[in-house]
Amino acid sequence: MAGPVRRSRRGGGFDIRISGRERDVLATLPETLRTVLSSGDAGDPVARRLFPSAYLDDEAASREFDDVVRDDLLERRLAAIATFERTLRADHVTEDELIDWLAALNDVRLVLGVRLAVTEESTSADFAGDDETETAFELYRYLSYLEENVVDALSA
Amino acid sequence: MAQTAPVETERPTGDEEIVPDLPWIVIVWNDPINLMSYVVYVFQKLFGYPREKATTLMLDVHHKGRAVVSEGPREKCEFDVARLHAHGLWATMQKDR
Repeated sequence: MAGPVRRSRRGGGFDIRISGRERDVLATLPETLRTVLSSGDAGDPVARRLFPSAYLDDEAASREFDDVVRDDLLERRLAAIATFERTLRADHVTEDELIDWLAALNDVRLVLGVRLAVTEESTSADFAGDDETETAFELYRYLSYLEENVVDALSA
Repeated sequence: MAQTAPVETERPTGDEEIVPDLPWIVIVWNDPINLMSYVVYVFQKLFGYPREKATTLMLDVHHKGRAVVSEGPREKCEFDVARLHAHGLWATMQKDR
């Protein structure tokens, strides 16, 4: 199947064939992610999804774990976003760059998915009627499609 | 890297039995957002599982709500949980009971 992201025939890396309009949409994502990551509201459901508790029923251990890993986790996320932002107009990316695309795409999907409270059965009809949520769900669906292609390309 | 010299340990006398520390387990929980193919990809990448095993684990997460994806000493499990969180999966750890 010929998706928009494919392993290059020669020279390694991956070819990315998506339209300029789609890239314009992708260009809005880093800002979205950075805003969420810098909000610092640990009680926000999105923050809890991006930085989950490591222990189900041991708050103290979870906090300790969080103290140790959060900065590193944040740094890795920001680094992936930076790579994604730098290469989102490229027709060709390296494997490491595509792995950063995957991280950024998946993080945005987590943010949108939590905000929209999507379920496995969610369809466009569930979000019809309100322009903002309708647009957000369409973006979520588009990013799901693109991410699926990235995963396929990396797994091939 | 520092290396620790082997330490002489006392042998147990009599009938005492050495009870090893319970191992820890890492659990991945189902969520409606992560793509099935992505979860398989992450299990393969982080744990080096063959595609079939990664797929079986993903399907367990999907259908049963959770799956144990790795186990071992506490430090190893914390490392695995951190890597799973970095990949956006919902993972927790606990003592194996």
